[in-house]
Amino acid sequence: MMMANDFRPEPATNTGERLLDVKGLTIEIDTRRGPATVVDGIDLHVDKGETLGIVGESGCGKSLTMLSLMRLLPNKIKVTKGEANFAGRDLQKLSNAELRKVRGGEVGFIFQDPMTSLNPVMRIGQQLAEPLIYHRGMTKAQARKRAGELLRLVGIPGPDERLDAYPHELSGGMRQRVMIAIGLACNPQLLIADEPTTALDVTIQAQIVDLVKELRDKLGMSVVWITHDLALIAGLVDRINVLYAGTVVEDAPVDALFANPSHPYTQGLLASIPKLTDERSARLSSIGGTPPEPGRRPKGCPFAPRCPLVEQICRDRVPSLEGIGQAGAHRVACFVAQRKLEAA
Amino acid sequence: MGAQPLMRIENLVKHFHIRLGAFGERSATVHALDDVSFDILEGETLSLVGESGCGKSTTGFTLLNLHRATEGKVIYQGRNIVELDEKAMRPYRRQLQIVFQDPYSTLNPRMTIGEAVGEPILFHKLATKAELPERISTLLADVGLPPRFASRYPHELSGGQRQRVAIARALACQPKFIVCDEAISALDVSVQAQIINLLLDLQQKYGLTYLFIAHDLAVVRHISDRVGVMYLGRLAELATREELFEHPLHPYTKALLSAVPEADPVHERSRKRQILQGDVPSPLSPPSGCRFHTRCPIAMDICSKVVPEWREARPGHMVACHAVTEGLPG
Repeated sequence: MMMANDFRPEPATNTGERLLDVKGLTIEIDTRRGPATVVDGIDLHVDKGETLGIVGESGCGKSLTMLSLMRLLPNKIKVTKGEANFAGRDLQKLSNAELRKVRGGEVGFIFQDPMTSLNPVMRIGQQLAEPLIYHRGMTKAQARKRAGELLRLVGIPGPDERLDAYPHELSGGMRQRVMIAIGLACNPQLLIADEPTTALDVTIQAQIVDLVKELRDKLGMSVVWITHDLALIAGLVDRINVLYAGTVVEDAPVDALFANPSHPYTQGLLASIPKLTDERSARLSSIGGTPPEPGRRPKGCPFAPRCPLVEQICRDRVPSLEGIGQAGAHRVACFVAQRKLEAA
Repeated sequence: MGAQPLMRIENLVKHFHIRLGAFGERSATVHALDDVSFDILEGETLSLVGESGCGKSTTGFTLLNLHRATEGKVIYQGRNIVELDEKAMRPYRRQLQIVFQDPYSTLNPRMTIGEAVGEPILFHKLATKAELPERISTLLADVGLPPRFASRYPHELSGGQRQRVAIARALACQPKFIVCDEAISALDVSVQAQIINLLLDLQQKYGLTYLFIAHDLAVVRHISDRVGVMYLGRLAELATREELFEHPLHPYTKALLSAVPEADPVHERSRKRQILQGDVPSPLSPPSGCRFHTRCPIAMDICSKVVPEWREARPGHMVACHAVTEGLPG
């Protein structure tokens, strides 16, 4: 039986060395009414050995940002500005051939829906072997052997027999394990997990979260976990970036974020999760309204129209992400929160 | 709670016959629901939880006679409604409503919001054509939408707004009972909280009874009076929300509760989860005896042979588990 566990061996701890550093990344969609900004000059970074959680609601740009790094955006969506440094290279400047070496090699991906990400007419053994042959130059026999090991690593029973199975023969949880095995096939330095448990049941979700945690500690890689569920990643990540309408509104170590959420949006998100201690039928606090549509972003702070603390300055100017607390590890993009801290 | 049962479900069974193989040459039976019995009390929120394929939605559909029950009874106002044909069912349909998960596919894209909400009112003759606009405005106000939305089309609305319209449409019939089938599952966290608040307000205002079908236990814990846990087509446990969350008896309930993440990083890192191994078995050939025995951490010999009895373990706390019943007198 796997247990969630507090123990983290040394190699996986944060070394403070940047692995991924995204600066001023802007993504636009071509619409009939002209280009609309969906990701607006986003800054984010992941250190070696660090696990970063990216949290936000649908349409906030959390998936687009990570997909754009690997040039996986659909046709009408384009990166218009910014850079993304990964292990010393700007990913935006790499040729397609160079990037292909990074994609699936140094950076592994796990997507939300394993049924659409896996090829339905290919045996899973072949799908696992593909990156190994391509990136690692293995022979078919070597790749098959390694594929069996990978399935064992992600806890699939009878791994060697499963190599010949087709995706439809596996359950949802098993398929997601196969996806993780493919993501890990080439020992990536960075694993990007895009809502990998959203389609799964809660008991299977717990299995997958624990599996990624265990593998991260064993393999010492960095992880970016994209989700809309703050509670899910509370025990998994080191740091959280909260995204709203294509910008990071708060960046904080996980404990600081839950203990002292500083952006009104983060506060609203946390407050709208029902708690154990709530009275039955107590009203949940909710955030009124809905996020702005791309192309209809307000001029100032994107959260201003829904914000309970809104002031005139918020409607006129866009706040930047500024450090609050010690060493600037906790940063927030909110005029009101920043001022409160200066006063204190 | 001294409330009267609004609906009594007795030994409800629903089997689906399906055809397998490329040419449908083999047939099989999906045991979606087997021998499920419980009461729904007037004015309460009863939640059904469980993993996909456990039969919670099938229960909702079957007790509204949207799926024809294979066996068993659903007693509502003294009638067994699952044996009624569509015509005899019609007067009951008005009182028994349902709100579905996906607010995008439940609304007709070619009908305005006003038409969608007005349709059931005219069908059940609850208002004249002249009174209709007024009635639609009131309903939209009830679900927190301004009257001008009546002339809009579904594609102009956000997911949360569409779900409000779906609720208004259910309310239009002045129902007594609403099945909320994953009604908030597709919504974003902040919008989810708005809809939960709305459902609670409407329940108070109109004395509604809800059967709330969901997989999010944090939400269920928040809104329910009583909670039923289902596993592979059977009820495993049913109790008041305090009982179920504080003193779960069934090993499946315990595992389910332990898998729910809490929004507290310090607690989450130190907590020992009891994680179930393996997957839910196929409902085509459910395990013998207790259906949970293949994954149960405390399974005994008897569990694979005999179906555990559905019994009251503590006052008002029903459970189907040999290990629990063994410790009880009689």
